[in-house]
Amino acid sequence: MTDIPHVVPPARNGTPALSLRGVTKRFGQKLAVNSIDLDIPAGSFYGLVGPNGAGKTTTLSMATGLLRPDRGQVWVHGVDVWANMLEAKRLMGVLPDGVRLFDRLSGEQLVTYSGLLRGMDKDTVQSRVGDLLRALDLQEDAGTLVVDYSAGMTKKIALAAALIHAPRLLVLDEPFESVDPISAANIRDILHGYVNSGGTVIVSSHVMDLVQRMCDHVAVISGGNVLAAGTTDEVRGDSSLEDRFVELVGGRNASEGLEWLRNS
Amino acid sequence: MVTELIRLKIALLRNSLKRSVWQLVGLIIGGLYGAGILGLVIVGLVGLSFADPSLAQTVVVLVGSAVVLGWVLIPLIASGVDMTLDPARFVTFAVPMNTLIAGLTVAGVVGIPGVVTLIASLGTAAVWWRNPVSLVAALVCALIAVLTCVALSRLVTSATTSLSGSRRFKDLSGIIAFIPLILLGPIFTSSAAGIHNAREFLPTLAQTMAWTPLGAVWAVPGDVARGYFGQAAIKFLIALVTLAATLWLWRIMLAKALVTPVHQAVNRRGAGKLGFFGMFPGTPAGAVAARSLTYWFRDPRYGGSLIIIPLLPVILWFSSSQSGSPDLLNVLGPVTAFILAWSISADIAYDNTAFSQHVSTGVSGLADRVGRAAACGLVALPICTVFVLGPVWLNGSWEQLPALAGLTLGILLTGLGLSSVVSARFTYNVPLPGESPFKTPPGSGMQMFVVQMGGFLVLGLLVVPELVLAILAFATGQSMYGWLALGVGTILGAVFLVVGIRSGGRWFDNRAPELLAEVSKNR
Repeated sequence: MTDIPHVVPPARNGTPALSLRGVTKRFGQKLAVNSIDLDIPAGSFYGLVGPNGAGKTTTLSMATGLLRPDRGQVWVHGVDVWANMLEAKRLMGVLPDGVRLFDRLSGEQLVTYSGLLRGMDKDTVQSRVGDLLRALDLQEDAGTLVVDYSAGMTKKIALAAALIHAPRLLVLDEPFESVDPISAANIRDILHGYVNSGGTVIVSSHVMDLVQRMCDHVAVISGGNVLAAGTTDEVRGDSSLEDRFVELVGGRNASEGLEWLRNS
Repeated sequence: MVTELIRLKIALLRNSLKRSVWQLVGLIIGGLYGAGILGLVIVGLVGLSFADPSLAQTVVVLVGSAVVLGWVLIPLIASGVDMTLDPARFVTFAVPMNTLIAGLTVAGVVGIPGVVTLIASLGTAAVWWRNPVSLVAALVCALIAVLTCVALSRLVTSATTSLSGSRRFKDLSGIIAFIPLILLGPIFTSSAAGIHNAREFLPTLAQTMAWTPLGAVWAVPGDVARGYFGQAAIKFLIALVTLAATLWLWRIMLAKALVTPVHQAVNRRGAGKLGFFGMFPGTPAGAVAARSLTYWFRDPRYGGSLIIIPLLPVILWFSSSQSGSPDLLNVLGPVTAFILAWSISADIAYDNTAFSQHVSTGVSGLADRVGRAAACGLVALPICTVFVLGPVWLNGSWEQLPALAGLTLGILLTGLGLSSVVSARFTYNVPLPGESPFKTPPGSGMQMFVVQMGGFLVLGLLVVPELVLAILAFATGQSMYGWLALGVGTILGAVFLVVGIRSGGRWFDNRAPELLAEVSKNR
């Protein structure tokens, strides 16, 4: 890239899959994301954890070109997201959380739509849609309207829509929410296979166990700041990720009080 | 418990106002409107007290029956009119059924429609101020009437929610219930022809209504005033039984609804049916067009804007046969072109947050604009063709065809171009996906009004050339003007369409994230 401005993203093992520098967003009085710096190494399975309202979704929205940051810059594989939007978006597959889908389309139509919007040719789209529906066990319901899907099926079809163009970086906001255990295991297999073949995955979650088992890297975000980031083993040290998380974020109440709630 | 529910309702109302200033403005406007109606009603009622008692009774019974009917029908049209106290939300609280019923009924009166109905009903007592017995009867009956209104609307709401197991029913019922309302105008005007019969007809209607559950309660004070105590007693009994039966039915419905959560009946369908996606070219613009066209047929919010189209010829035919000027039918084509072209001016707002798929896939503004305009054009062209040819054929006025076609095409193309700019630049809140097409979302009033009025004005200016030529053609009868209108309408319309799509596309490319943030506000 010739037009990279004054801040040059540090390269440890080659170019990171995703780099954030000084990314800031303010909603009215509330500082939602406070000048975050973060590097997601290429080929990593990266977990983003934090309590509710920590700024995870806001950060990921700014990283994927859905929300313009007040300040700061984002690079995907060295491509400046906010200067070179189209090229950056080609590299990314995004599963946003808390947004609607075009749910009056059938599942098959929705995934096809996602592929065609990205300018892929019809035949490729058609064969990949078939593969994705099979892998995510949605074949039986391919022709059902998405509005009639259960919450877990909706997550899966949105994931398929994010995968169709074989991105180099996958950004998944809460991908396992309300997905049944079997489907979740299938999705984990797909994601691990994807990472092993050189792709990069970022998942946000607040299920610590899942992140500890699944991710090789993790960042803890709270109050719009990165509290810790690194490999999962570095971040958690000797304790479990959950304990380390609670230690970092704080806010646990000693389980006294509520004496009246005890049954005996 | 009852006071708790009323306090809850007031708290919900107050908190919803804190979300936006426009909501407060909406409430104030609604309040003023309600107060205005109330003032008129009270003046009318006081005036009635000086009239002949049987005339007063006729008016009170008819208007009162209409009010009750309104409370029954409105939940059908605007699904979720006021679900702030949705019974389903009380499932987990152990509230005794009778207390819940009483609380929900009384809380249903809190709110502008409830309060207006209550005060107006109590106001009917003013009609009978000269007769103390009938005054007291009017006050008691007013309370019964208001409670019946609220209970009936609750009954209808819970009946339809338990009926509407399938989404399709929900989609359709809102639109279908609206058809008679649109046709109400022509029906009234045509029956107004027999207005001189109304003098005999209305009292008969009122006498009939007075024996039905809708009107009985309103007839009691009048009967008392006129000394028909026996009839008054029977009608009072009808009113009481109505209220009791409504409450009883509602209680059964509620009891059933509370233990059976809303169930979705779904047909599972396998792969292989791509619908419009199979027919359009496999480009981004083709995909957007296929998606939009699918929505024109599947999303009731689009169907809602289309529902007026088949009714338009009926309405125009009524008016032209009333006024005896068949030329009035000619406006059918241009008006339809205008309605259809303008209907995509809030297209992105209709997408709501689903629009994020367009942003994250990085589809170009040009492809997005072209696709949406193409889908709308494909719906509009055949309809407009029929609506231009139809009147010409009916009137046998083929010499007017070029002018009419030019004007219609000009409006359609220019309108599509303008909508392409407006929907990428000026958004306002629209009903959310899955909501009733006729629901006005909170806080949309002012912005929507400004955007719509501005759009109408600009469109009006842009089509002036072909409009003037078409009018000249009609006025002078010279075919040259007609052909000129056709040429100018086609060329100018095409130019505006291209310009609109390009500049709308540029706006889109520069502001896609901001646009997403705009349409995400309302959810």
